[in-house]
Amino acid sequence: MDKRAAFRSWWLPSLFALPQIILILLFFYWPAVAVLRWAFTLEPPFGGAAEFVGFTNFQEVFADPLYWNSVGISLAFALCGTLATIFIGLVLALAVDRQLPGSAPFRFLYILPYAIAGPAAGMAFRFILSPERGLMASANAAFPDFWNPAKYGSHALILVIIVFAWKWAGYTFIFLLAGLQSVPRSLIEAAAMDGCGPIRRAVDIQIPLLAPTLFFLLVIMMTEGFVGADTYGIVARTTDGGPNHGTDVMVYRIVEEAFRGLNYSGASAQSLVLIGLIMIFTFIQFRFIERQVHYK
Amino acid sequence: MRVSVTTSVFIGLMASVALGAPAAAAEKTKFEFWYGLSGDLGERVQDACKKFNDSQSEFEIVCTSQNGYDTTLQNTIAAYRAKKQPAITQIYDAGTLDMMLSGAFVPAKKLMADNGYTIDWNNYFGGIANYYATAKGELNSFPFNSSTAMFYYNADAFQKAGIDFKPDTWEQVEEAARKLKAAGYECPLAFNFDTWALMEQFSAIHNQPIATKANGYEGLDAELVVNKTKFVDHVKFFKKMADEKLFVVKTKQLGMDIVPAFTSQTCQMIQTSIADHGTIGKTLPEGVKWEVAMLPVWKGTERQNSLVGGASLWVLAGRPEAEYKGAAAFLNYLATPEMAEWWSTVTGYIPVTKTGFDAMKANGFYDKAPYKGRELAIQSLSFTPTSENTRGIRLGGFTQIRKEFATALEAIFMQNADVQAELDKTVERGNAVLRRFEKTYAGQTLN
Repeated sequence: MDKRAAFRSWWLPSLFALPQIILILLFFYWPAVAVLRWAFTLEPPFGGAAEFVGFTNFQEVFADPLYWNSVGISLAFALCGTLATIFIGLVLALAVDRQLPGSAPFRFLYILPYAIAGPAAGMAFRFILSPERGLMASANAAFPDFWNPAKYGSHALILVIIVFAWKWAGYTFIFLLAGLQSVPRSLIEAAAMDGCGPIRRAVDIQIPLLAPTLFFLLVIMMTEGFVGADTYGIVARTTDGGPNHGTDVMVYRIVEEAFRGLNYSGASAQSLVLIGLIMIFTFIQFRFIERQVHYK
Repeated sequence: MRVSVTTSVFIGLMASVALGAPAAAAEKTKFEFWYGLSGDLGERVQDACKKFNDSQSEFEIVCTSQNGYDTTLQNTIAAYRAKKQPAITQIYDAGTLDMMLSGAFVPAKKLMADNGYTIDWNNYFGGIANYYATAKGELNSFPFNSSTAMFYYNADAFQKAGIDFKPDTWEQVEEAARKLKAAGYECPLAFNFDTWALMEQFSAIHNQPIATKANGYEGLDAELVVNKTKFVDHVKFFKKMADEKLFVVKTKQLGMDIVPAFTSQTCQMIQTSIADHGTIGKTLPEGVKWEVAMLPVWKGTERQNSLVGGASLWVLAGRPEAEYKGAAAFLNYLATPEMAEWWSTVTGYIPVTKTGFDAMKANGFYDKAPYKGRELAIQSLSFTPTSENTRGIRLGGFTQIRKEFATALEAIFMQNADVQAELDKTVERGNAVLRRFEKTYAGQTLN
């Protein structure tokens, strides 16, 4: 069944691949090499002679308790954000996939938040969920500090996860809906005739068959949660990493350190550690989870 | 196959855009000016550029907003590294030391002398010029938009609460706050975690050091000392007031920052920049009486001058000679008394030269309603001659240090952290920033 396009010469495929290769070299490997160089020197912002300092930058990073705090927060953010995003996307996709009357517009509506830039969404939610002026203001009036992301780190973390999930649920929704549509109708109809309700059908038939898509989304969303530009944008616009480092995710820390603190070298060292962590996570995901997902 | 096609189309587009970039040869010498102001203030900078372009036919200045002080510094750095820097860039107070050590600029004095302009450098207010000058007092950059922190209060609310004095001291502020509270005002004084007024200006006017080595002016080996000065007592006082709900935290995260809190009459007293004078006047409803005053001091304090905030204009190295002629002409144009007056009128920033200020005073500018009170900023800045503690703050990585202190204040006021312990910890973290900065610029000294 395998259908493969075969090229007779080597240069034609290379030519087709060239733009992509150039893009990758230019926008991925080149900066990565620069970061590698900076991580082992003390780079003055305006350039000039940078002194080689070995692993000092890394030692400083690892010795900082706030760095480990940041790693923990990033983990919590990426994990909760990913699970929330996939769960919401899945529920929405299952609902739309039932093709009840009037469900067509929702297919469009659910994707919309994905079109909004993370920082913009963050700004909006900062207002909507602000403890003194937003939706929760009346709850706070009755029970002081019921919801106060400016005071409690945990509330602030929930806030940024809500914004993340709100925005990215539309993205997982697209993939999951596409995945659901490739589940054979006959299976679902057969189950329905056997008397299975929608939930039973989802749990026993649709979700297991969606496993490859779910796995793909798990990897993508974890990476997005860790290093995505949106993660920085959302945190910068809603909580500014606070209160008291409560939402100091790694990528926020790196950008702040590099561009506000002009500490290019320290930020580079942190970036390399982050890249390493992502590699480990992706490896774990592929090594242990991917094996379980393919229905054979 | 499909992917390659779209990618190559994309590449093609990029190439054509790059090739098609206009290479129009103009007769005028063009040069670039990047600035950080945005919104209304950004428009005013554009006006200034237009005025300059209309005033002469030899040069054309192209002004581009980078939307924010920190992004201007970042973009200037990136452009300089790529050798695409503008001739002039606007850098905020906290970036001054980074610029000074960069070696990437033409000193103001040299630029003007080379291009045949004679500038009376003593004409700049000492409090302003010293911030941007070398230890010898020679200006590296041109003071442009300068401000200082002021104290604003709602005079109507004061009257209703039966307060018949001006809040000149913190004791009086406390008394006013109690009376306002008793009269039913929920938020007598609003504050946020910005360190500029609370820590930096407070330390200057109370003659307290922020760091050793004259706040960093005398060497990169300066160390923070704010955990051992009156600032600690001041924070403790704020904490006590906050616990009694007399001083109230107002931040973006809570829903409203201090200036909107003041202009919506939610809160009755704030400390903020003189640059907000225009906004406050425009935003408060017609007929509401409000006053601006110099920052309060503790009773028995010999008030010192406050620190200048805002930004200055740096001329970057590595541009063609002709552009420097234009840059010098532009900077000279900005410094004329007429331009100084125009700039201060339309923005609210204070005039940076004595002649500019005198001209405005003579015109009666400060007597009229919307601008009345702005002269107090000058008075505050030039209250005393600058001294070790009031010249300015010349610390590396100061943006980051500010952020560390803001976080400490957050911990103290939102999460009940111990004042002394939190400040000690922050000073330690700030000193680590200073040491890394010192190492990054090893071998360089402040001139």
